Amino acid sequence: MARFLLRRFVLALVTLFVLSVLVFGASQLLPGDIGRNVLGPFASPHDVALLDHQLGVDRPIYAQYLDWIWKFVRGNLGTSLEYQVPVSTLLGPSLANSLKLAAVAFALVVPLSIVGGVYAALRRGRLPDRVITLTGLSLTAVPEFISAIVLILIFGVLLKWLPVSAAFPVDADFITQVYYLLLPGMALVMVLFGYIARMARTGTIDALESDYTRTAYLKGLTTATVIRRHVLRNSLLPTIAVIATQMGYLIGGLVVIEKLFNYNGIGQRIYTAAQNKDFTMLQSGVLVIGLVYLTATLIADILYSLLNPRIRYAGVE
Amino acid sequence: MSALVPAAPATQLAEARVARRETLRQLVRSKTLVSGVIIIAFWIFCAIFGYRVAPHDPLGLLYPQLNGMSSAHLFGTDQLGRDVFSRVLAGARDIMLIVPAATLLGIVGGTIIGLVTGYFRGFVDDAISRMVDAVLALPLIVIAVTVLVALGHSTGTLIVVIGLVFTPIVSRTVRAAVLAERQLDYVSASQLSGERAPYVMFVEILPNVMGPIIVEGTVRLGYAIFAVAGLTFLGFGVQPPSPDWALQIADNYQLLGTGTYWWTVLFPALAIVSLVVAVNLVADGLARVLER
Repeated sequence: MARFLLRRFVLALVTLFVLSVLVFGASQLLPGDIGRNVLGPFASPHDVALLDHQLGVDRPIYAQYLDWIWKFVRGNLGTSLEYQVPVSTLLGPSLANSLKLAAVAFALVVPLSIVGGVYAALRRGRLPDRVITLTGLSLTAVPEFISAIVLILIFGVLLKWLPVSAAFPVDADFITQVYYLLLPGMALVMVLFGYIARMARTGTIDALESDYTRTAYLKGLTTATVIRRHVLRNSLLPTIAVIATQMGYLIGGLVVIEKLFNYNGIGQRIYTAAQNKDFTMLQSGVLVIGLVYLTATLIADILYSLLNPRIRYAGVE
Repeated sequence: MSALVPAAPATQLAEARVARRETLRQLVRSKTLVSGVIIIAFWIFCAIFGYRVAPHDPLGLLYPQLNGMSSAHLFGTDQLGRDVFSRVLAGARDIMLIVPAATLLGIVGGTIIGLVTGYFRGFVDDAISRMVDAVLALPLIVIAVTVLVALGHSTGTLIVVIGLVFTPIVSRTVRAAVLAERQLDYVSASQLSGERAPYVMFVEILPNVMGPIIVEGTVRLGYAIFAVAGLTFLGFGVQPPSPDWALQIADNYQLLGTGTYWWTVLFPALAIVSLVVAVNLVADGLARVLER
């Protein structure tokens, strides 16, 4: 198992390297000169050249890349072109906010979709199954800003149960923060529910049809015991994997959801950085998102191998 | 014995024809598929003729503003006094152009890469797999926002960005299908008879992995709608004054807080939802028939 995890870890590092090159390359696509973009069309060529020199963008590209990535590794994410403060001081709190929102969304969606998926599998082909599968599928495909607007209308405007902005007061305690994050969290649940429930359903059906389940029934165990001890354990494994991969979507969804609910998270940061052409912020923000995603998938791999005896004992993929 | 040899391909062809007709018959019988196709056909019609069949000019400013539903304005008017019904009909145009074009680009690119990596494996496969992982580590919307800011907004850029992000994802599906396929005898037979690699890939293997590719294509269509609508809502996609649905929602959703004027948002939202659901019905119907 150690070899399996080591392999995964090295792969994640390689992926991260490729990603950093891609992100850096994308920022080189920018037409024109960074100094000119910052200072505007009326600045003198001398000032532009000076700023370019200060920013280091007049050096060869590989030198700029090495400089950027070396600083990034040591926690120096550069200086925001727009705010003239270190990127990390803005990105750090935003990331923490986004993780809070993500945590609320996961706390809602994981139990809900696992129960939904397993229940659908047990009622396979009958009405509850079709309702859960179809609803999940349709909600998943509807763009998140639409489901979010519907939720705002119902719970924010008509019933007035929940605040329509996620920006909680600065000194809010834990409960208040969760209260403010419920509505945006629910909007993310709408998109995620379908995927996770579908995986849980497929996993459960596979487990129900397997030989070990038949054996368990044949040796006289009750349905409840069979499901608890043999089916659930095996059906939840693929679900863990899909939850991790949905982290990627989740952060992308945050861009839209955080803007809609006016919430200061990393999605909102990236959105404003893009709008204001704050490229140092954008570059580092995007790489941080990649880092978060790869860490999440790595953790999922570790969990998966810990829970799956076939990997735990065999040490092969 | 020798007399039987020429007969074999003929029976095989006839069998293939029967199988194809059977597949087609199942597709036509699938209720989910047919209803999806009907809705999509309606929106294709609107994409082409929407501006002409609309009762009012979709871009014209007709007063009064923010009027509710009436016989003159079936879906009411928005805050600039534009007819929402006409705008919903005409609003199909941009999304119905961008979404299929981006998907097609992703499918063609992904199929080529998937065939090459699945067929050759080795170093090329490893290198491309790392690229795929890197791209998958970023949400589509983040990649698109970054690139659109660097290159500027245009319909062309939007299509290329979404298509390029889809390419590695599609290639992964195609690669998996090719890996299973290249174990089969007909591939070795073709290789042994001296066919060159491009011929084996595109003439022998490709027709046999078309099923997964078509299903992947319909799934990607759904994601493309999701992405284009989301980007447009953020201001990075279709630009005003287009009557695009997501743009209409972005323009008007802030009016919802008052509890009135819901028609300015509801109808374009329903249009997006109907398109998304239709594409998923087709994807589901196709998957059931092609992947059994």
